[in-house]
Amino acid sequence: MSDNPVFGVIQQEIDENPVVLFMKGNPMFPQCGFSAAISTALTNMQVKFKGVDVLENGEIREGIKEFSSWPTIPQLYVKGEFVGGCDIVREMYEAGELQELFDKNEIEHA
Amino acid sequence: MAMEAAEIERLIQEALPNAKVTIEDLRGDGDHYAAYVVAEEFAGKNRVQQHQMVYKALQGRMGGELHALALQTSVPEDA
Repeated sequence: MSDNPVFGVIQQEIDENPVVLFMKGNPMFPQCGFSAAISTALTNMQVKFKGVDVLENGEIREGIKEFSSWPTIPQLYVKGEFVGGCDIVREMYEAGELQELFDKNEIEHA
Repeated sequence: MAMEAAEIERLIQEALPNAKVTIEDLRGDGDHYAAYVVAEEFAGKNRVQQHQMVYKALQGRMGGELHALALQTSVPEDA
């Protein structure tokens, strides 16, 4: 598993940034409805997050799927832990669980 | 590329024999589905693990020929 060199790049992103969203496009210009939905939710919650545009890097785009054992983009990481994809994150957002997760991890505001 | 609802149901059912699977074709285009899966097999698993079990059942089709599948999973209440 660790023989994929892009895993190091991914690991570094999630180590260095408390909240990372692997997405299509960037938070200003999302290129996919699912990525836009999550990115907008995070922006509304005024959470500081790093958006990693997988369309800019094909190795990350494929690598992140294997890294997380998750077949789709977007993918949200908080404090190095995979939280989920679009459905789970939306469910958590609507239930207030996402806010709880950020509070618990003392995530900085944007 | 598209996939039949019945095929999605069959694959999930095959991997999770006791699951109750409901598939909805969201746009009637055979490309955007919602799946509700209630399965005893999910007991003791978190949501990420439950979804991973369904994706595994779909054998790599998710994100490929199956473009959009909104997924909701849960454990039956009497489990």
